[in-house]
Amino acid sequence: MDAVPIEHPKPNYIGIFATLMVLTVVTVTISRIDLGSSGNTAIAMAVAFVKASLVALYFMHLKYERWFLLTMFGIPLFLAAVLIFGLMPDLLIHWK
Amino acid sequence: MSSANTSHASTDGSIPFMGVSPVKLGMWLFLASEVMFFTGLLGSFIVLKFAHPEVFHEEAGHLNWQLAAFNTVVLISSSLTMALAVAASEKKDHRAVARNVLITLLLAVLFLVIKSFEYYAKVEHGILPSTSLFFGAYFTLTGCHGLHIIAGVIVLFRMWRKAARGQSNYESMELVGLYWHFVDLVWIFLFPLLYLL
Repeated sequence: MDAVPIEHPKPNYIGIFATLMVLTVVTVTISRIDLGSSGNTAIAMAVAFVKASLVALYFMHLKYERWFLLTMFGIPLFLAAVLIFGLMPDLLIHWK
Repeated sequence: MSSANTSHASTDGSIPFMGVSPVKLGMWLFLASEVMFFTGLLGSFIVLKFAHPEVFHEEAGHLNWQLAAFNTVVLISSSLTMALAVAASEKKDHRAVARNVLITLLLAVLFLVIKSFEYYAKVEHGILPSTSLFFGAYFTLTGCHGLHIIAGVIVLFRMWRKAARGQSNYESMELVGLYWHFVDLVWIFLFPLLYLL
């Protein structure tokens, strides 16, 4: 097993770029349609999540990295999700 | 992971940890801390937004989403040229590295110029961070992101000078690339949250 991969990955950067552009248009277009506050928010965040994943997996080569690096970066993402979806809504209920 | 790792030192002579070079590990640790930094800000914004959806939606209407959408295109394009610069650096094609880093740098500056116009228009209309909760959050979030872009511009300028002298190396290019893509990634969330919803 090689410690540092000698052959670096070469994803189709232009293809990823084109997908990101299309998704940006999707984000803007859907936001112009009224689906209710939470409906619009959910869709916009879902599209943003897909875009962010494309950037992280292909531009940042996370797809080709070691599990160790994925775990290390995954933990703060998990904590971030806990903070936003787990802790803060609770705070909000008491505050309203 | 076995002790076999120790026999595979990376180009700068450092020994990989769990199969990852120490400098790359350091950069990812930094980015992990950046995730928490931006989560604190973005998370607070999301909670405040859910507490006052109508007010936030109405005030977001004062923002110029067309300019922000254009800036999104600018940043995504700069991510592409950055990725191409890293790929060229691996092939030791210094001219392609210099060209792609320069385009990335110019796109980053363009982003800042557009942002300045946006800020200027706000201030001209008497909209300041103290105007409301929404604009406080708007200036804090875009300001912190803008500072990251400025830091990126400084580093990109140095990388461009190095590449122009034929001295770019893959490991440092890769690290700058990781940072730059991360700044793009933050904007991907900021754009819809602030401008569109």
